[in-house]
Amino acid sequence: MTDAPIIALRGITKSYAGIRALEGVDFAAHRGSVHGILGENGAGKSTLIKIISGVVQPDAGEMRLDGQPVRFASPSAATAEGVVCMFQELSLIPDLSVADNISIAAPPRRMGLIDRKAQLRRAEELLARVRCEDLDPRMMVRDLSLSRRQMVEIAKALGRDPRVLILDEATSALTAEDVQTVYDLLGRLKAEGVTVLFISHRMNEVEALCDRLSVFRNGRHIETFAKGERTDAEIVRLMIGREVTAKYPPKPAPTARPPVLKVEGMEWEDALKGVSLTLGKGEILGVGGLDGQGQKELLLALFGVLKGVRGRVDLGGRRLPSSPIAAKSGEPRVALIPEDRKTEGLMLPLSIADNLVTAAFDRIGRSGVIDPARLEAAVKDGIARLQIKLGHPSDPVRTLSGGNQQKVVIAKWLMTDPDIILMNDPTRGIDVGTKQEIFRMMRDLADGGKSILFYSSDYAELIGCADRVLVLYDGRVVRELEGDAISEEAIVGASLNIGTAA
Amino acid sequence: MMGRLIAQNRAFAGALALFAALFVTYNLLHPRGFSSAVFVQNANEAVAIAFVAMAQTVPVLMRGLDLSVGAVMTLSACVASYLLTGSGLEISMGILAVLATGTAFGLMNGLIVVHGRLQPIIATLATGAIAIGLALILRPQPGGNVDGDLSWAMTNTVWDLADTYGIAGGGEAWWIRPFADIPMPLVLLFGVALLVWLPFKRTVTGRTVYAIGSAEGAAYVSGLPINRAKLAAFTLAGFFSACAGLYLALQTSTGNADTVQAGAYTLNSIAAVVLGGTALAGGIGGAIASIIGALILRVISFYFRILDIEPLLQPLIEGLVLLLAVSAGAWRTFAVKNRLELFR
Repeated sequence: MTDAPIIALRGITKSYAGIRALEGVDFAAHRGSVHGILGENGAGKSTLIKIISGVVQPDAGEMRLDGQPVRFASPSAATAEGVVCMFQELSLIPDLSVADNISIAAPPRRMGLIDRKAQLRRAEELLARVRCEDLDPRMMVRDLSLSRRQMVEIAKALGRDPRVLILDEATSALTAEDVQTVYDLLGRLKAEGVTVLFISHRMNEVEALCDRLSVFRNGRHIETFAKGERTDAEIVRLMIGREVTAKYPPKPAPTARPPVLKVEGMEWEDALKGVSLTLGKGEILGVGGLDGQGQKELLLALFGVLKGVRGRVDLGGRRLPSSPIAAKSGEPRVALIPEDRKTEGLMLPLSIADNLVTAAFDRIGRSGVIDPARLEAAVKDGIARLQIKLGHPSDPVRTLSGGNQQKVVIAKWLMTDPDIILMNDPTRGIDVGTKQEIFRMMRDLADGGKSILFYSSDYAELIGCADRVLVLYDGRVVRELEGDAISEEAIVGASLNIGTAA
Repeated sequence: MMGRLIAQNRAFAGALALFAALFVTYNLLHPRGFSSAVFVQNANEAVAIAFVAMAQTVPVLMRGLDLSVGAVMTLSACVASYLLTGSGLEISMGILAVLATGTAFGLMNGLIVVHGRLQPIIATLATGAIAIGLALILRPQPGGNVDGDLSWAMTNTVWDLADTYGIAGGGEAWWIRPFADIPMPLVLLFGVALLVWLPFKRTVTGRTVYAIGSAEGAAYVSGLPINRAKLAAFTLAGFFSACAGLYLALQTSTGNADTVQAGAYTLNSIAAVVLGGTALAGGIGGAIASIIGALILRVISFYFRILDIEPLLQPLIEGLVLLLAVSAGAWRTFAVKNRLELFR
């Protein structure tokens, strides 16, 4: 490790809409090493690799490749310099063939036209390097399973002769056999002098593969160390160690609660692999784990959005709702505070008043015609209940701040008088003050007999708010925590699916 | 091999089968079915809409719509009605000028979409009106002069072409015999498809057009030339529209700034694209498929002549058949497991 680093970042800073994603990051990786990057959700890992691979440009700071300062304006500029990224959200084109995708930007050509035979041979060679000889390169990518797509994505990245290869959750959907293939491949690449940046949430993979590890937290580079210098427990602590950002209302003492929702062995596609849970009346049940372990799908399934859900669901005597309409109008009534308030929660150009009543038209109308008096009363009630700060109810909802927009979403669903409230990361991108108000309101609702199923990507919120916490990993509940057992160490440990650290 | 080809192009295979069935039945019912005369007449009536459908296909593959294709066709035809006359050299230059007119118009559409950041549908609605406006200035009244020999040769069979210009022994040379009965309009149509569309599909730019419609974000992170592809798509649409206009002028020997016809061609082009199996959501399909779609659309209207159907009922029946054919393509949505994806 005495040679100059192949890639070096100094003082890299990046903000999105005023929110710091990276702040003054110094980072270096050396030739012929596999460098692991660790961090919680939102620690800045994705932004880091997006900057290195030219998808976004830093606001400040300098990047050097092989000692030379570089600034990539686009992913193709980075690829031209041998910095190749395999993205978590796949970069394959579903309607093109495997061979087309592998040579997408720079196919072999004859007389200016794509030479399909040469392209096919090239695809076969590259697929053989990732031991996917059985995969027909003439297949359409859309017909492949997720794990096969990831292997194609790796073959595509290899075909670009990388000097620096970035694997972002490259193995998240792979079978055990494919994972072994990738291990072997990384070993060979290392011997050839290729640098690999490896981002994974699977702790055991990181340990098996990486020579060096860097931990990120809250957009900052915390520490870089060689493999084996730190124990699992120490790594987890490096990943967490942050100040408490919000105050939470006191929790009631644990009591026996009659169940309002029982789920047994819920399965859906590849995302849910047998989730079981019980939600009691007046309970706030937290759902934790790393992003993308099936939490969102669980909430969508309970709200009737997904088709083909298997497993037993007892929702106060009825089955799984067949659609959002059935979910919000049956008994007990279910509401979903969706993940993305801008697309699924609100109609941004419409007025605050119109947005507030969209879920509860049946309550403000008389035989299908909206009653202006009831409408006004309902809007007034909603605004007062959540103390939404606004100019006039007829202003477009997009003029509100993020926190007040989220309050509109919550008020809109409270207007349906739901018995079970599903919350999908309701405090994302919201200021601390509004967060506290939302937590206060959640506890008041629970005390009033409502039941809340609450997914948050911020563990501190689960600890502060939830009566019980379920940790999901790979579509299953791997841990159930209650009372004092709900600690950051326990949640992070279960999230990474390693035995509880510390 | 064959099995996979069909599986991957199910919509295209379906369209081809539908066309074959409709066309054979039509000829069986026709008193002079399967004759060269009927074939030539049918081909003549189908070529302009087929070219316009090809034009529409390229922006649709990128998940855009070009509402100016019919108008650009009309404009090109009006230009052609001035230029397709005189010596052989003059006519050749005239043809190039007509094609250049439409191509330039398409390029302008592309520039507006790429650099003006306008939605294709609204940008081309405006430029389409401009094209019609220009056509009306050129031809306030229908008229014009198109070389008679050229017009005759291009709207009949290969033999007539050879006969008119005295090539290949006036059409009697042994090597031209097997092709003698093929209608020239089809030669032009498939010639352009083979020489322009198929090579384009095999360039990185062409592939990028498909990639944009399929997953624009993935196309971007894969480092594909997105702006170049958008420019090329609209330019190519302009070129194919000009081909349609050129043919229309040859067929009618006049230029006519017919606003109603231009609008009808634009709307029918969208129908033809969908019938051929190209997805309006982009990424799947192709110009050859749209030719088949256009042919299906035309064959349906041929039926009204031989079956005694009240002319007033024609639009109604055309609409019903179209609705039926297009419904076949909607099966995909039944396989969606996350209903939120239906709205993305």
